[in-house]
Amino acid sequence: MKYIKFSLAGILFGIVMTKSEAVSWFRIQEMFRFESFHMYGIIGTAVILGAMLTFLIKKFKLKTIYGNQIEFKDKNKSITRYLVGGILFGLGWAMTGACPGPMFTLVGHGVWTMLIVIASAVLGTYVYGLLRSRFPH
Amino acid sequence: MDFIRIISEPWHWSVSGIMIAFTMFLLLWFGGKFGASSNLRTLCAIGGAGAHSDFFRFDWKSQIWNLVFILSAIIGGYIAVNYLASPEPVNLSLSTTEYLTSKGIAYPKSNFEGLGYVPQEIYGFENLSSFRNLFMLIGGGFLVGFGARYAGGCTSGHAISGLSNLQLPSLIAVIGFFIGGLIMTWLIMPSLLTL
Repeated sequence: MKYIKFSLAGILFGIVMTKSEAVSWFRIQEMFRFESFHMYGIIGTAVILGAMLTFLIKKFKLKTIYGNQIEFKDKNKSITRYLVGGILFGLGWAMTGACPGPMFTLVGHGVWTMLIVIASAVLGTYVYGLLRSRFPH
Repeated sequence: MDFIRIISEPWHWSVSGIMIAFTMFLLLWFGGKFGASSNLRTLCAIGGAGAHSDFFRFDWKSQIWNLVFILSAIIGGYIAVNYLASPEPVNLSLSTTEYLTSKGIAYPKSNFEGLGYVPQEIYGFENLSSFRNLFMLIGGGFLVGFGARYAGGCTSGHAISGLSNLQLPSLIAVIGFFIGGLIMTWLIMPSLLTL
């Protein structure tokens, strides 16, 4: 039962990703070519509003529906892993035009070839797990 | 219904941004958090990758809520293209359209004409035999999966959740996303698309 609310949130997310056109390969090309404000507007609005929400959650110690404190963990301090990992991610994002959320959403559009991308992303995660001690973090 | 007609129109970017922040808030309120790429790690763990690396040895059952979330996004995508689709194709800027056309990628079609959000030339089932396309799908997917875990998050975890929580590491990751994205878009894609 407790998963139903996450399912509804996921359905909403798939609709939002589609209607925002953030799932569009074309929009990602356009964004990286700086030829439209569209994607920057979306991300900018989400971050500004998200920062206000995060601030308010902390200030008023908002609880989850289970009555627990909503917690925010600080990320570990480092530069290498975020920069290098981020660059690799960005290369793949621009190549496929899809980050993980949109990948799943696009399967719902009937883009069946996206299943290849998802399988490969799982493989990439697996290989990272195998080799991560050899990379600087 | 009027409501359905209104949300079927193309959304202004600010509405989209508000709805993404709202999704993040819902997940926090439900006791989860907004981060899509963690699911890839969970899938590895479910598949038994824990036998090969302790990175996948964790209580994946505690992450089922996130899998439910991301798999439901498939349903959301289905609903959005079948019942809430705008009759117009993605309103791409003229300069992007011209560039892509010169590289052999046709202007996006509307959803009624086929895959409205991805180029048929790359994602079409009938074009899967092309080495270039397989390279883009497999190589790109691999980089997304590897890079997201190396960086500890993707667009949702770092660009939205992390920046919202004013995390410097997330800012570094997002700068990385853009360095990688710009290298791909400006230096590699132009030749990749004409292959």
